Amino acid sequence: MSPLNPARVAREFPSRYRLEAARCEGCGVVSFPPRVVCPACRGRKFATASLEPEGKVLTWTVIHVGPSSHKHEVPYALAVVELADGVRITCQIADLDPAQVAPGLPVRLEFRRIQEDGEAGVIAYGHKAVPA
Amino acid sequence: MRDVAIVGIGLSRWGEVWDASLRTLWTEAALAALDDAGLDRVDSITVGSMTPGLFVGQEHLGALLADELGMAGVPATRVESACASGGVALKTGFAEVAAGLADIVLVTGVEKMTDVSGDECTAALAAAADAELEVFYGATFPGLYAMMARAHMARWGTTREQLAMVAVKNHRHGALNPHAQYRQEITVKDVIESAMVAEPLTILDCSPITDGAAAVVLAELGVARTIAKGRPIVRIAGVGQATDRIALQSRADLTTLPATTLAAQRAFKMAGKTPNDIHLAEVHDCFTIAEILVIEALGLCQPGQGGCQASSGRTALGGAIPVNPSGGLKSKGHPVGATGVAQAVEITTQLRGVAGKRQVAGARIGLTQNMGGTGASTVVHILEVAS
Repeated sequence: MSPLNPARVAREFPSRYRLEAARCEGCGVVSFPPRVVCPACRGRKFATASLEPEGKVLTWTVIHVGPSSHKHEVPYALAVVELADGVRITCQIADLDPAQVAPGLPVRLEFRRIQEDGEAGVIAYGHKAVPA
Repeated sequence: MRDVAIVGIGLSRWGEVWDASLRTLWTEAALAALDDAGLDRVDSITVGSMTPGLFVGQEHLGALLADELGMAGVPATRVESACASGGVALKTGFAEVAAGLADIVLVTGVEKMTDVSGDECTAALAAAADAELEVFYGATFPGLYAMMARAHMARWGTTREQLAMVAVKNHRHGALNPHAQYRQEITVKDVIESAMVAEPLTILDCSPITDGAAAVVLAELGVARTIAKGRPIVRIAGVGQATDRIALQSRADLTTLPATTLAAQRAFKMAGKTPNDIHLAEVHDCFTIAEILVIEALGLCQPGQGGCQASSGRTALGGAIPVNPSGGLKSKGHPVGATGVAQAVEITTQLRGVAGKRQVAGARIGLTQNMGGTGASTVVHILEVAS
């Protein structure tokens, strides 16, 4: 089973292409990607929100032994990044020597190729963080 | 609720067991536990296994393994909770006996990990993380724990050497365990200079890939007393389980394990105990940082003090609260679905007083903590010698 089944990839387009999120109408907590139940208050009504792409590194690692989908990229920096609205995402840090990554580093999300599946020819896009 | 005791324990061969299949390893452990209990029939079987479908292309383990044991007809259930599958299989078996659904349950765990390549193994284990939010972007399990390690180091001043000392301690323990996969002692320098996996974690901060199975036989306490053969009876005094948000990014604090704290509180309450009552613990040291986070979450030390417990000797054999006297996942090996059951095998061995060179003197109350993913599933058991 490939994680890059075309339908599976396409389902994620709104969040991975446009940073679409969901703001809970009950408590205001923003979920990214959108979900059915708010994890904070269990509310079920949301308004579509759009994430601002600026944030900062909370914690990070440099991966030297990568999964087959990302093996050609090692060593690469992976981080938990906090955006405005308290939304946190996991993504790679690009366009920077991995040794230069540090907590608090200001970053901006950019639309990038994340992985591809040679057999099905599917290219999956998403975001990487670059120095702001 | 009825009282439940462990009346039989067994392990298969552990390590890279190329000449044994999943079913053979499982049957070795099951027979060892049944023979130890002196029983040849059970009312029910539970099997903890994380992902036999990805490792060997086999699901439906309940029926497969009951059949393998010549026990077709007996109800058998596979339980999955990532690396906590074994511990949750134990809880499931406990619940069946406690509720009166069964008097005797064979609780087992198994994982056959070395039939696939390293890449396939990494992918199988990564299935316990969030596929869309973490794995898609290149996250690996060492990578996720590495980010927790960095966060703990930043908040509490935990050092690289303190991480390494967890591996050094557990290898020292494992060297005393004839069943451990890696029995050689290692040094802090060995750990720090070994191959980098995910900064700051090196290969010697990581538990190994292991084939293996473990089994315990549970019986209602009254039944257990009739078959004790003069050995101490080990009662399951407390059980606790909890979950957390699965993706690391979704958690408010990257330096704590709330599911472990919650599971422990539930188990301590049920057992009527506190962390101070525990004589030894087998905990989920899948990575060195994990043991540090876990002993803080269990209340075996103060928050932020996890880093200095191994280096001070407090959690070593001979210390105030020995942690992972078996060698832990790090040295003993980590066949993921088997681990939670193997922890109960070790504590039972210790409470029976037959752990040989790694025996914790005077051990009467022990704890197991088994977790899945980056701590999103945790199950805690408290075992004690029944009076």
